[in-house]
Amino acid sequence: MITKRIIPCLDVKNGRVVKGVNFEGLNDVASPVELAKYYSSCGADELVFYDITASAEGRALFTDILTETAKSVFIPLTVGGGINTVADFDRVLKCGADKVSVNSGAIRNPGLVYEAAKLYGDQCVVISADVKRVDGVFRVYAKGGRENTGMEAIGWIKRCVDNGAGEVVLNSIDTDGVKGGFDLEMLDAVCNAVNVPVIASGGAGKIEDFITLFQTLPKVDAGLAASIFHFGEVKIADLKRAMKDNGIPTRIYPAPSSEGASGTGGTI
Amino acid sequence: MIAIIDYGVGNLFSLKSSFAAIGQEAVVTADPGVIRSADRLILPGVGAFGDAAEKLSNSGMAELVRREAGAGKPIMGICLGMQLLFDKSYEYGEHEGLGLIHGTIRPIADVIDPSLKIPHIGWNALIVKKPSKLFKYLSDGDCVYFVHSYYAADCAESTTATAGYSAELTASVENGNVYGCQFHPEKSGEVGLKILKAFCEI
Repeated sequence: MITKRIIPCLDVKNGRVVKGVNFEGLNDVASPVELAKYYSSCGADELVFYDITASAEGRALFTDILTETAKSVFIPLTVGGGINTVADFDRVLKCGADKVSVNSGAIRNPGLVYEAAKLYGDQCVVISADVKRVDGVFRVYAKGGRENTGMEAIGWIKRCVDNGAGEVVLNSIDTDGVKGGFDLEMLDAVCNAVNVPVIASGGAGKIEDFITLFQTLPKVDAGLAASIFHFGEVKIADLKRAMKDNGIPTRIYPAPSSEGASGTGGTI
Repeated sequence: MIAIIDYGVGNLFSLKSSFAAIGQEAVVTADPGVIRSADRLILPGVGAFGDAAEKLSNSGMAELVRREAGAGKPIMGICLGMQLLFDKSYEYGEHEGLGLIHGTIRPIADVIDPSLKIPHIGWNALIVKKPSKLFKYLSDGDCVYFVHSYYAADCAESTTATAGYSAELTASVENGNVYGCQFHPEKSGEVGLKILKAFCEI
């Protein structure tokens, strides 16, 4: 059975991870490469690198970091931020990204998803949507959640999937940062509208929030979070063990049956 | 030295890096001389079967791979590269493969529960069917990373592992010195690296 994925998200600006990171045992907590290695060793199933740089220098630094990460981390890497053209897809894929996430770029240019999916395959294109309730209707926001586009969200996401987006990251602006749990109502609406993997983002504060997510909405494929992982409020190894204990299909490494056995468990 | 065959499909950066991570020299190459002198071959691939088979054939790589495999050199196909080892695929039409492993490539949709998502994407546990040199370092329940919408069928005799997705989908195959993984070892963390390491020790 396919396991439910746990995905830490690293916001990178000018080559460094922003938002506070607080870890023991990591020499350089603001190094995206070190943090990516750390998360991979803890059992993260995938990583998202989000480029929030505005300058060209910062962008070049970002691709260097991506290359460096892809040389030492062997789990799927998704890249988002500043993806506006097919050339942007090309730029990050060449550095070792496996999937590319588009948000404002797809709102500005609705043809981008289709073009990219045709070139790189559906599995490569992730539509990331920032969604907020306005008078009881789910609306798509652009520019990092600052601008209401006026578009109805479920229809918009469905159109992107019809155009070839192979995965959806749903970030609920309403629950983001509140740490009161994922936006189950919004996620349910998206899961019922599309038949591609849906990744829940926004609202996780504790391990139980992930358990509730996967038990209430078995159609959700993955949970994404940033600061709770960065601050160590939720440790990925503990989270995954709790998921497994609650009967949620989870990848545990080393595999549970080999725990305690010698030789095959740890590093090579 | 390991030759990763470059015939113009997909991104080979992670594959090359994963061999470097286990201390093995790997080159991405389309040079027949380099491929002939390599100890082992990797046939990668992403995208559609028909297009890839055509590129493989037009570049002269299909014939070279057949010859090298026939001479006993260990070769491993990965993802679409594994599918290309088979006789035939039914992905958008009907296309001939390399015929190094008997069986056909068919849509997952034919065999899985219709409520499940396609592609089969994510981490899934390997269900070992037969012992394989590739599994030298594998532990029971180890998961690997899959992304595919087609699967290898009619190949029970060469199937070494499957993965459960309502149906059991072929995960790895073996026929003599010819190996194939439907999953991506280069994206499967430590487990994947161990499979590549085992391949390098064949």
